[in-house]
Amino acid sequence: MEECLLEVKGLKKTYPLHGSGGRFFGKKEQMYAVDGITFEIKKGETYGLVGESGCGKSTTGRAIVGLDKPDAGSIFYQGKDLCKLSEKEFRPLRKELQMVFQNTLSALNPRQRIGSILEEILIVHGEKNASARKERALKVLQQVGLSEEHYFRYPHELSGGQVQRLGIAGALLIEPKLIVCDEPVSALDVSIQAQILNMLVEIQKTSGISLLFISHDIGVIRFISDRIGVMYLGTLVEEADAESLFENPLHPYTKALLASAPDPYIVRGKRNILRGEQPVRTGEMKGCAFCGRCPYAEEICKEKTPEMRGVQKGHRVACHLVGEK
Amino acid sequence: MEEQMKQSEETILEVKDLSVFFSVHKKWLAAVDSVSFSVAPGEITGIVGESGSGKSVMSQSILRLRDHDTVVKYNGEILFEREDLLKKSLSGMQKIRGNQISIIFQDPLNSLSPVHTIGEQLSEILMLHKKMGKQQAGKRAVQMLELTGIPGAEACMKKYPFELSGGMQQRVMIAMALACEPKLLIADEPTTALDVTIQEQILYLIQELNEKLGMSVLFITHDMGVVSQICHSVKVMYLGQIVEEAKTDRLFAEPLHPYTKGLLASIPHLGVEKGKKLPTIPGTVPPLSKVPEGCHFCTRCSEATKQCRSEQPPSVEVQPGHFVKCWKYAEKQGQKGGA
Repeated sequence: MEECLLEVKGLKKTYPLHGSGGRFFGKKEQMYAVDGITFEIKKGETYGLVGESGCGKSTTGRAIVGLDKPDAGSIFYQGKDLCKLSEKEFRPLRKELQMVFQNTLSALNPRQRIGSILEEILIVHGEKNASARKERALKVLQQVGLSEEHYFRYPHELSGGQVQRLGIAGALLIEPKLIVCDEPVSALDVSIQAQILNMLVEIQKTSGISLLFISHDIGVIRFISDRIGVMYLGTLVEEADAESLFENPLHPYTKALLASAPDPYIVRGKRNILRGEQPVRTGEMKGCAFCGRCPYAEEICKEKTPEMRGVQKGHRVACHLVGEK
Repeated sequence: MEEQMKQSEETILEVKDLSVFFSVHKKWLAAVDSVSFSVAPGEITGIVGESGSGKSVMSQSILRLRDHDTVVKYNGEILFEREDLLKKSLSGMQKIRGNQISIIFQDPLNSLSPVHTIGEQLSEILMLHKKMGKQQAGKRAVQMLELTGIPGAEACMKKYPFELSGGMQQRVMIAMALACEPKLLIADEPTTALDVTIQEQILYLIQELNEKLGMSVLFITHDMGVVSQICHSVKVMYLGQIVEEAKTDRLFAEPLHPYTKGLLASIPHLGVEKGKKLPTIPGTVPPLSKVPEGCHFCTRCSEATKQCRSEQPPSVEVQPGHFVKCWKYAEKQGQKGGA
């Protein structure tokens, strides 16, 4: 359990910003999507990444499975730095690092039957025996709560929840070590969402796969994760075990995020609403990423970027002011 | 009885037995099925349901937004200040839309014109409905933007919608919706596309404006959490019908309908015990062409009996103001009445 499966170190990724500064030619401004985040995923655990849109949580997930090449930093997996591998060297590892998306339907060929979609994945990864492929596909369909009849259906014949199950089936098919789940339940109704979440927990318990679960929904993250990282504006601001994060949030942003999640069973007194919005970052950052919206910001927050530091066992936070009072 | 009379006089919107049918493959399918409710002045009424429950169709039917482009048939009455909106001509409806009843949607960018500035779009409403001059309308538009908390309202007037963030666009939509001081605001999932911290800002804004201006709000959402934050009363919809309605506190403290119970239990809220399985509602919402004959929820209900599958339950008032459409409670009531 405690063994480390994957280690992300100082990961950085920028995207060129279109139409910036009115310059058609010449250097485009860069948008800092992820700026130097460091964390590790242990074997058999669910690591939850939570944050608002634009905080870089999806970019992190995409970099880990090799969909995007990071600008700097490294991702260590089985002693190898994934960022330095060539496409050819990466390919055998792809099998072990899988991803599930929010909108699986858009990734499926509408004219291909589900059976053949699943078997194609096996073909790509070198399974030559046709009957073994079918057997494996049927087994995985069952594992995610679909049945044999779905093998001959087309993707459009499935409901939203079933499509998401199929996406998970596709990831499970080749026995991965880590599945990056990028908002897999965000497009579903709550009653269906609960079904999928239960299934993910079940699969993880029985197979011991690690999950990197990315979501904007605090309740979902809390339910599924063992450890949680909170991201803001491309940086990791706090990381802790699920229980200690919810019982004792330290970073002002985490506090605001937890407080603003609408929960039918929490009666709130006077609201402490976080003002402003998350900006777009185009340059090197000076000071804390959150200082523009932070109600407690002091001089030092604007001057110096806070480092991630351990406060309690397994609880890290990037804030100058935590623990000073 | 007297109190009831008084109440019906005081309602601003009264929907009576409304059904909305769409023509699909030469059949009329009821997206909204005999829905009745009323909205009191100054009240925020929530309508919750999953996708396909008919909540959006119902709210859009109030303004008859589907009449132009879809084959649609209505039954029943929609009384707005005791006038039946379903009997109005389309040009008559135009005088009401945006003037007395406004609507805001989930995606503000789709509702705003990309080629006109915010200022042009905002003043147009005022010039059209309130017959204001251009300058007067412009001044009022700035006031409206300030009311919704947009920083630098003057500068914002000259901006185009794409230059604003999602939260700011939604504020502009609210400013437009409220420009003519409508008596009723229909908010159709206004915060669903926004981040939680921005969502909270917008919810607070709607609540504040509701208190300040005294307009009624019909708030449509799929999120039980949001409902609990701002609504005074809630109606839960499932497959075109209102299955339960009550005051917000009461609904969350004591949900009665099996669907409401299931929906509330399946939310992974912050009090859920970790490591335990989340309770779920089995199956999915059936398509409109396969609506069950009896209670609409019977295919997914664990307590369904023979009666549930063959006969539609009536809506009974279990406690004052708390209505449930379920046989479980209908029988109890019947027994009480008999004794």
